[in-house]
Amino acid sequence: MNPVYAQLQQEVPLAWYLILSAILFSLGIVGFLIKRNLITVFMSIELMLNAVNLSFVTFAHQWHQVKGQIFVFFVMMVAAAEAAVGLAIIIAVFRARATLAVDRIDRMKL
Amino acid sequence: MNDSLHLWLIPLAPFVGFLINGILGRRLPKWLVTAVALLAPLAAFALVTILSFGVMQRGLLTAASFFANTPALPFVDHFGQWISLGALHIDFSFVLDQLSLVMLLVVTGVGFLIHVYSVGYMSHEEGYARYFSYLNLFLFFMTVLVLAGNALLMFVGWEGVGLASYLLIGFYFQKKSAADAGKKAFIVNRIGDVGFLVAMFLLVANFGTLTFTEIATKLGQDAGWQGGVVTVIALCLLLGATGKSAQLPLYIWLPDAMEGPTPVSALIHAATMVTAGVYMIARNHVLFDHSPFALAVVAMVGALTALFAATIALVQNDIKRVLAYSTISQLGYMFLGCGVAAYSASIFHLVTHAFFKALLFLAAGAVIHSLNGEQDLRKMGGLRKKLPITFAVTTVGVLAIAGFPPLAGFFSKDAILYAAFQQSNYGKALWFVGIVTALLTSFYMFRLFYLAFLGEPRSPQDHPHESPFSMLAPLVTLALLSFCGGWIWLFGFGEFLSPVLGARITETGGIPHLEWILSGVAVLVALEGWFIADRFYRRKPARAEQWATKHSTAYKLLANKYCVDEIYGAVVVKPLLGFSKFVLEWVVDFALIGGLAWLLAGIATLAGAILQRWQSGNIRSYAAWVAAGAAALLLFVLVPWGSVWPASLEFVWKVAGH
Repeated sequence: MNPVYAQLQQEVPLAWYLILSAILFSLGIVGFLIKRNLITVFMSIELMLNAVNLSFVTFAHQWHQVKGQIFVFFVMMVAAAEAAVGLAIIIAVFRARATLAVDRIDRMKL
Repeated sequence: MNDSLHLWLIPLAPFVGFLINGILGRRLPKWLVTAVALLAPLAAFALVTILSFGVMQRGLLTAASFFANTPALPFVDHFGQWISLGALHIDFSFVLDQLSLVMLLVVTGVGFLIHVYSVGYMSHEEGYARYFSYLNLFLFFMTVLVLAGNALLMFVGWEGVGLASYLLIGFYFQKKSAADAGKKAFIVNRIGDVGFLVAMFLLVANFGTLTFTEIATKLGQDAGWQGGVVTVIALCLLLGATGKSAQLPLYIWLPDAMEGPTPVSALIHAATMVTAGVYMIARNHVLFDHSPFALAVVAMVGALTALFAATIALVQNDIKRVLAYSTISQLGYMFLGCGVAAYSASIFHLVTHAFFKALLFLAAGAVIHSLNGEQDLRKMGGLRKKLPITFAVTTVGVLAIAGFPPLAGFFSKDAILYAAFQQSNYGKALWFVGIVTALLTSFYMFRLFYLAFLGEPRSPQDHPHESPFSMLAPLVTLALLSFCGGWIWLFGFGEFLSPVLGARITETGGIPHLEWILSGVAVLVALEGWFIADRFYRRKPARAEQWATKHSTAYKLLANKYCVDEIYGAVVVKPLLGFSKFVLEWVVDFALIGGLAWLLAGIATLAGAILQRWQSGNIRSYAAWVAAGAAALLLFVLVPWGSVWPASLEFVWKVAGH
């Protein structure tokens, strides 16, 4: 094993990664809940996804299993697709409503 | 004789007619409806006739008398068990004996004639098929009532004829008065039915059976059955009979029942159904024989009703109401006859009354028909020339009911009065009431006769027309029966019934030729009634009015029918309505239903107020709930509650000082 890596691993325990992941996820939730701007909300969702990704990678590394890393790729792929669709929707919504405040986008119909 | 006489065929025929006309009647052509409606009672009548010929033939072979006691009767037909509860067994069983045979002949015979009459009478009416289906239904239930071998099966017929009567009184249901009259009849009859029901309960409790013959056997075996519970049972049965047969105090529905079509009044409210009470008493006569008190009450009710209704009939102006009160009065005669244990005389009067009262009603119907629905006697008059056949048959009917020999009413009324006179204790008083009633009867019938047929025409209708053949044929037939029907008494009708109803009372001696003397008195009284009516309504038509103004209090009392309806309304109906209004409006509607509704609505509102916060429509609040839920789940999964809880409880326990 790479000695630098091993040292890193020694210096940075598993819990730190997980705590960082939890902090990021919580920030994502709080951002999702309190932000008004649709784009910021969207970014918060990305943040949560990536917090989860971090956990996956951490555990994959910890248990020496590749499954977790594969899952991260899946999540990133879904996130990319979601970003594409979501941004398209945001643009469409902005064109239609001239606003991106989530509180005011509460109708399905115009 | 065969094992079964297939008595069930008799009620079945009208029932099939009811089903066909009741279900398909609207779609069938009119001639087919008529055919079905007439064939049903005709089939029943034919069956009964064949049966009675069989019975008479046996009689002719064994005895000289025309109506001899026949050994084959009573015949019981069992069609299986209905109710079996411990020791109590109730069968579907029909009994054919002399009594039910006579009743069947009257019911199906007169019933058939009235069906024929109805074809003419109802031909222009709406609901032609409905009318005949009800009429057939009535015949079905009436034959069940007559044939029933036990009280419960009789009760089925009893209620059924009540239903048919209700349907037919309210036949013109768009008319409020007709619908109300139907309801009144139904409700008043329910009061009587309570008596019948209680009597049945008591019979089951004390005798353990409802079969008529078994009750009679048990009563005969034990001499201890005197008064007491037997009196109570008999009085309860009497209450039932007063309801159905329109006696005091439950007679009030019958005059209102005249709202129905006139043939219905003739069939149900004169000839057959209202006599069911008399038939029921005769059927249960053993019970009454064991209770002198109950018999006395029956006689009293009968005599009072006869007199009471006859006085009301004196001043009524509606031709059908005169006949209705006359029917009540004549039914009172029959009760009087039952009350002096002259059951066969009562049944005899029942038969003759069925003939002449059906005749009078149908004739009245013909008159009403020809005057386009006019029922007021004051607007008739002078119909003798215009309606010669109706006039002739009405004459026969009036003479018959007034009691002129040799018409039917003379014999039957005389038989009852004779039996009453011979009753030892209060018989003379009953006879006197009966003879006064006979005078009144003669008077009001001739009054009707004079007002309707003689004098000057007072109707705006210019050309009253004689009725069609289908109406005249039954009238003429009934007129013949009213003329000759009484003669069966001379051929031993009483002896014919005696196996069922007990021996006819024979002359006890004392006054020689008592029967002839009493008959003479009765005829004189009838003549007197005719004479008075002649004075009032033919010679000096103004005299009636003068009397009415001179004795205005009495006249008004009679014209208002003693205000019995008003008294019942104030004493019974109004408090009852008020009470039920209170119960329904406040207790049930306001407190129970309203309270329950409010309670449920309150729960729903409260729950909604709380739950609607979950459904804000705000995406972020949903997300917050999701997050909170996830946090709660995590808390639940991660914290080892299994050890935390007992430990914390233990901690609290210790802190509390244990």
